[in-house]
Amino acid sequence: MILYELIDYDILRVIWWALLGVLLIGFALTDGFDMGVGALLPFVARTDVERRVAINTVGPVWEGNQVWFILGGGAIFAAWPPLYAVSFSGFYLAMFVVLAAFIVRPVAFKYRSKREGAAWRARWDWALFAGGAVPALLFGVAVGNVLLGVPFYLTEDLMPMYPGNFAVKFLGLLRPFALLAGVVSLAMLLMHGAAWLSLKAEGVVAERARAIGIKAGIVAAAGYALAGLWLAIGVDGFALGEVAANGPSNPLYSEVARGGTWLSAYAERPWIAIAPILGFVGIALAVLGLRAGREVSTLLWSKLGIFGIISSVGLTMFPFILPSTLDPDSSLTVWDASSSHQTLFIMLVCTAIFMPLILMYTAWVYKVLWGKVTEDQVSENADTVY
Amino acid sequence: MEIGLVELSRLQFALTAMYHFLFVPLTLGLSILVAIMETVYVMTNRPIWRQMTKFWGTLFGINFVLGVATGITMEFQFGMNWSYYSHYVGDIFGAPLAIEGLMAFFLEATFVGLFFFGWDKLSKVQHMVVAWLVAIGSNFSALWILIANGWMQNPVGAEFNPDTMRMEMTSFFDVLFNEVAQAKFVHTVSAGYVTASVFVLGVSALYLLQDRHKDLARRSIAVASAFGLAAALSVVVLGDESGYSASHTQKMKLAAIEGMWDTHDAPAPFTVIGFPDQDARETHYAVEIPWVMGLIGTRSLTQEIPGINELVAESAHKIERGIIAYDALMTIRDRRDATPPEVRATFEAHSDDLGYAFLLKRYVDDPRDATAEQIRMAADDTVPGVAPLFWAFRIMVALGFSFIAVMAYFFWRASFRRMQFPRWSLYAAVAIIPTPWIAAELGWFVAEFGRQPWTVDGVLPTAMSASHLSIADLLITLAGFLIFYSVLFVIEVSLMVKYIRKGPFQDVEETEAWQARHEARLRAETPAPALASTPAE
Repeated sequence: MILYELIDYDILRVIWWALLGVLLIGFALTDGFDMGVGALLPFVARTDVERRVAINTVGPVWEGNQVWFILGGGAIFAAWPPLYAVSFSGFYLAMFVVLAAFIVRPVAFKYRSKREGAAWRARWDWALFAGGAVPALLFGVAVGNVLLGVPFYLTEDLMPMYPGNFAVKFLGLLRPFALLAGVVSLAMLLMHGAAWLSLKAEGVVAERARAIGIKAGIVAAAGYALAGLWLAIGVDGFALGEVAANGPSNPLYSEVARGGTWLSAYAERPWIAIAPILGFVGIALAVLGLRAGREVSTLLWSKLGIFGIISSVGLTMFPFILPSTLDPDSSLTVWDASSSHQTLFIMLVCTAIFMPLILMYTAWVYKVLWGKVTEDQVSENADTVY
Repeated sequence: MEIGLVELSRLQFALTAMYHFLFVPLTLGLSILVAIMETVYVMTNRPIWRQMTKFWGTLFGINFVLGVATGITMEFQFGMNWSYYSHYVGDIFGAPLAIEGLMAFFLEATFVGLFFFGWDKLSKVQHMVVAWLVAIGSNFSALWILIANGWMQNPVGAEFNPDTMRMEMTSFFDVLFNEVAQAKFVHTVSAGYVTASVFVLGVSALYLLQDRHKDLARRSIAVASAFGLAAALSVVVLGDESGYSASHTQKMKLAAIEGMWDTHDAPAPFTVIGFPDQDARETHYAVEIPWVMGLIGTRSLTQEIPGINELVAESAHKIERGIIAYDALMTIRDRRDATPPEVRATFEAHSDDLGYAFLLKRYVDDPRDATAEQIRMAADDTVPGVAPLFWAFRIMVALGFSFIAVMAYFFWRASFRRMQFPRWSLYAAVAIIPTPWIAAELGWFVAEFGRQPWTVDGVLPTAMSASHLSIADLLITLAGFLIFYSVLFVIEVSLMVKYIRKGPFQDVEETEAWQARHEARLRAETPAPALASTPAE
């Protein structure tokens, strides 16, 4: 098959780098509000019927939203196999915690209201809270660690290695900068969840959500600004030596130097400043929207803010995907950590066919489910809703 | 066997995969049965069929969510626990997993919410279409997963690239239409249909025995036995197809399943029962039927099926060729573009057997230093555990045939005996509820344990595939999964039992009342833009 040479290898790599971003952002924009609602649950809803209102705002859609996470895993596997291999084995115990959260959360949605009993329901409410808050925090911590660089190296056979004790490796993820990134991520998704609740719920649940969402938005923006400052003065960047942009995907073929700062990317490619600007603008308008009680536009601004923040990380690091502190030459970059030319092309064709379909039918489902979830609805259909 | 990192990683993968597959077969089959019931409802407009749809749909939902939740583990565990595998074959293996998400999983997961929450928001036909989309999505999921798994059994359409030190795709078409994958797909989804049919049959039989919900139970038996009969036949036929394709793609697995140590003159006999002895390399007290194995495996009377001893000798030869490939690969790795062309040529001539050299890594760091004795041991390692495969396969096949009998009996009673079922048959239907799960798990055991010592047959040994984690990492997650999954299992089963006891939660009059309300609501809302502009299907 020679068809795949229609698109150059280096261009395909950049497209798949961008698609990696699309998937992560798609996940944060959709499943993000599910996680946010889960993390907000104990604070915005006190009585059982209030909790059921909050849960049922995401009840019909969380399952589809969670597929962004699963597709993210599959697409990283298919398009960036070394990234899939190195990051998930490197963050092993942290990944296990995330998996546990993503396993317990669906079950909690589905089973919580299938039995009466305050203790039964309270336990599942805890599961929903943890299943939302913990991954929201840990995804940020992971991004923070990627910016700091991760202590791995590749053997000559390209086997990823992580020297060190399991506890040290796990606790070593909780570095101050990474924790700050975790706080930004959690605050951002709390704001997003609040914007969702303000659209889909009413009365006291929506009010409480708005109040918390405003604070969360402010924390997210402040934390994001602080993280930028920290990157400028306290975090070493990485610089890639000469590399063939359409060469073989072998990270050891290129040389990487440490030093300087990540932010020098903004001197080289000033246009990328648009991303952090969108991040700040989106959050600011979302906070104002929450305060004014606007609904649809607030959710959209919140999405814009998240889009800006996540894409700023990718644009700042380009072409790095996963830098290594232990052996910088092992760092994974856009030019040396992808699948083969043919696989990238085939996957792009599949994505071009199915992604528009997914977006279309997802939009249709949201449209069918349009409208607020009310306490009356929940009481009326107590047997069938979550 | 010493319990090391690789063994723990295997144990964890086996546990989580087999646990995942407790829920998958029921999802595959029940999604279709529910869609069939809803279609009957839409066509006949009789409330009982809506009640059936909702009742079985509720049980489907309780089961579905755990299939989804435990599937997440599978999607990420390759990277977590099998990082060298992920690097080595991700270029091929990752693609079907990603396409599964794009094409299938998004579909089923997006519409499953609408299935449960959309009754009041959709017209009857729209809701039926949603049910079918969930069923189609689930079944397409299985297709892509089995394409991925089929490639591990029969790695076609790929070759090793020395520059990237991994396998890379050469033909997506070959990966897609891998004969092993296609046979496995139909075999596996059919097994799911049988599982769901046995489940529906058993629960309905329970209701008949308890003398309640008899309308629902009788109709459910009629649907399940017809569907189940077709599926049970399909399982066996496609199982046979898998056996046929194994005779030229996975000879060792086939020989091990048969406990066939020496090559037999064609046509080989089929060993119905016996006691395989791995050390003595013979099967004691074998009861054989002449010719049958040759007919199943080769569909001829003249072709030989190689025995285990012959295949081991072949493996030793491949190991020697693999060492030549490995030697050339080391030169390429060190000298890269400066590699002399004849070394590249040597590599290419022997690269098909590179994986066999890796089998030596268990015994020696550099396969080139292997002694003759080590090569012999590595060749012996290519024989999987014969006795477990031999027995697992026979139990699975016996169950498979018994499902045909069960389904045929109930189909006959339902169609020609006015749905009158003797009590003994109802007790039997309840009692056999767990058996399709046993058959399905044994089937996966045969497929995966029979592939050992490889993760990808002839390409990458299991021992090399695992991540370099610490034992402590594995013990923590293994304990975590065990506790977590056990608790979820208990909760799942208790909810299933609760909802089966409770029975259909709307009786027929209520359903009729709902139908009237729903129709009034739809009539009232027709001019409203939200409904008017929904796409017609």
